[in-house]
Amino acid sequence: MNWLRRILAILTKEFIQMRRDRLTFGMMIVVPVVQLALFGFAINSDPRHLPTLLYLEDNSAIVRSLTAGLQNSTYFDITGQVSTAEAATRALQSGDAAFVVTVPAGFTRAMLRGDRPQLLIEADASDPSAASNAVAMLDQIATSALKQDLKGEWAGLAQGPPPVDIVVHRMYNPEGISQYNIVPGLLGVILTMTMIMITSIAMTRETERGNMENLLAMPARPWEVMAGKITPYVGVGLIQTGIVLLAAYYIFHVPFVGSPWIMALGVGLFIIANLAVGFTFSTIARSQMQAMQMTFFFFLPSILLSGFMFPFRGMPGWAQDIGQIFPLTHFLRVVRGVMLKGADFHALWPNIWPMLVFIVAAMTVAMLRYRSTLD
Amino acid sequence: MISPYTAPLAGRGVGGLSGITPNIAPPHLKGFTMSEPELAPELAPELAPELAIDVRGLTKSFGKLKVVDNVDIAMPRGQVWGFLGPNGSGKTTTIRMLCGLLRPDAGEGTCLGYDILKQSRQIKNNVGYMTQKFSYWEDLSIRENLEFVANLYGLKNRHEVVDQALETLGLASRAKQLAGTLSGGWKQRLALAACTLHSPKMLMLDEPTAGVDPQARRDFWDQIHRLSSQGLTVLVSTHYMDEAERCDQIVYIAYGKLMAQGRVEDIITQSGLYTFIAEGTGVRDLMERLRGEAGADHVAYFGNALHVSGSDLAGLRDLVARHAVAGITWRQERPNLEDVFIHLMGQSKDNSVRT
Ligand SMILES: Nc1ncnc2c1ncn2[C@@H]1O[C@H](COP(=O)(O)OP(=O)(O)OP(=O)(O)O)[C@@H](O)[C@H]1O
Ligand SMILES: [Mg+2]
Repeated sequence: MNWLRRILAILTKEFIQMRRDRLTFGMMIVVPVVQLALFGFAINSDPRHLPTLLYLEDNSAIVRSLTAGLQNSTYFDITGQVSTAEAATRALQSGDAAFVVTVPAGFTRAMLRGDRPQLLIEADASDPSAASNAVAMLDQIATSALKQDLKGEWAGLAQGPPPVDIVVHRMYNPEGISQYNIVPGLLGVILTMTMIMITSIAMTRETERGNMENLLAMPARPWEVMAGKITPYVGVGLIQTGIVLLAAYYIFHVPFVGSPWIMALGVGLFIIANLAVGFTFSTIARSQMQAMQMTFFFFLPSILLSGFMFPFRGMPGWAQDIGQIFPLTHFLRVVRGVMLKGADFHALWPNIWPMLVFIVAAMTVAMLRYRSTLD
Repeated sequence: MISPYTAPLAGRGVGGLSGITPNIAPPHLKGFTMSEPELAPELAPELAPELAIDVRGLTKSFGKLKVVDNVDIAMPRGQVWGFLGPNGSGKTTTIRMLCGLLRPDAGEGTCLGYDILKQSRQIKNNVGYMTQKFSYWEDLSIRENLEFVANLYGLKNRHEVVDQALETLGLASRAKQLAGTLSGGWKQRLALAACTLHSPKMLMLDEPTAGVDPQARRDFWDQIHRLSSQGLTVLVSTHYMDEAERCDQIVYIAYGKLMAQGRVEDIITQSGLYTFIAEGTGVRDLMERLRGEAGADHVAYFGNALHVSGSDLAGLRDLVARHAVAGITWRQERPNLEDVFIHLMGQSKDNSVRT
């Protein structure tokens, strides 16, 4: 049990140092809160008043009702009309318009015949979350807008399926992200950032201050040092998780439909994976500055290629392959799966084992790199 | 470079140590009630080898620079050995290799009977190493630092051990103070307390008294001799000549090469150095003129006197005759340790140029 005592010794020391370093400790609590406020509130996942252009080849009272309905929904702001398809494309490309609504010639007559004509909506989905809610509302908007017009002999059209066939073209990016994406994703980003940075710095600080020579002169094995150093931060990671999940549920009303146990497993593995990365970095970095740089070197591709920033399936194959390496990629799927989709363990296993493999790999590298001498 | 510390040396006189034979305690220990070193319990076990440190051919390079070059050390148990040499001569590097913190490029040997290459864990368990730069945790209090060390070594009754250590070293009143806010001398005391906490069989102290005031330095050495009288083997590096003379033996290295090893007295004798001392008015003006003259290898001014040393006795006598000015008295004296070290340093430079 000597090994346990040594781990406890290091762990206790780490806790005392953590407590004494008020600034860092404060950061660990404040970072999730600030990031939540920034990303959660500032990045509105339900944007409205999106600029919309009309391309009308048919202009009847019914078409006017439809466009008024779009405007009244507050999701769409009709900013004008275009007269050619090229002009419509240009407006979407330049970002002047988020939507172009095309009403084809003969639309009204076809509708009144009960042919369910197409109403084409081209959406700029380059920022997929921007368009997704508006698009989701379309059917409902059309049905209610037409309700007043479809009276008398056409009342039958108001029953059954909507009298128009709304076709949405998501331009530039076929996959729209779920509206609850940001907050659960943020959990992964916050944990990646703080866990890696804190461990890598906590170790290099010892090297920089000359404590390492002392620690090495005492009989602690590398893995004991690692266990003792990492464990306190598992606790920190769990506190951060708690903060984010409470905020997600009570402030952002993100549903949590799945099993808390699978969530706990996913969070635990993810925290350990990141701590192992941090520890590995600390065996390579010679200064705290270098440790910071390595953290960002890992952090940026993590958020860019994991599906947090951009839809995973929107990336080219090679980028997806790289993305598969990062624990954040798999963690995001686990969190979404548990919180939003209620996925069970079986369904999430394909994303759990890669994290396990990652942990083993990172710890092996850390142990190989850990210098039990000063060489 | 070492001249500020010669005053105590001059006062004590080199002869103070001349009576030592290897197994008898140095005279400054006579005041303590102590058993003779070879009777101390730690030395008794039959299996324990005679030598605490026994290494041969120790070599270490950093890049192209050979920092420790083929060093042999054979150090008996229970003694206090001084480790001397100019800055950058490889003292710290050697100590680090001895306690398993650096891997030698070449060489082999044992420390406390454990192989320095393969058994560094056992060595670490039995050696207390005090680093040159303070290396305890500055954001932990004194007590927390000691408790950390006690826990890491898995000491039983750690509370008593820590309390005891605080008491012995006079740190009890400051137990709650953060280590980083201690003054230099107190940091050294803390470091010594911490590295002796696990009752090591050997201490390796790397310049433990650098920047420490004379009284604290004396206390420090009293500590070291007390520990040594309990059977501990101590290897201590220092730049102070008076401290060197408190050691049973000294090892002198320069530019990675072992230049001398043995008792102070023997090292002085073996140096083959002769020293003449000039006293009187205007000796300082003489200094510039003597420098570079045939026969005078080293000229140094300390203790109101001019020390002129060289290995050629006849040449020195000629020189003295040439400068026998009125008002200046010349006499020959035994060289002191500092004369010898400066001489050794000069020699080692020549060596390194030649090789
Ligand atoms: N990690 C290292 N990398 C490169 N060079 C090193 C390293 N450690 C020591 N050295 C070099 O090795 C030489 C010996 O250094 P060392 O610290 O052993 O000297 P020292 O005798 O302890 O000196 P001092 O009296 O100043 O403490 C120096 O030239 C130093 O620059
Ligand atoms: Mg040194």
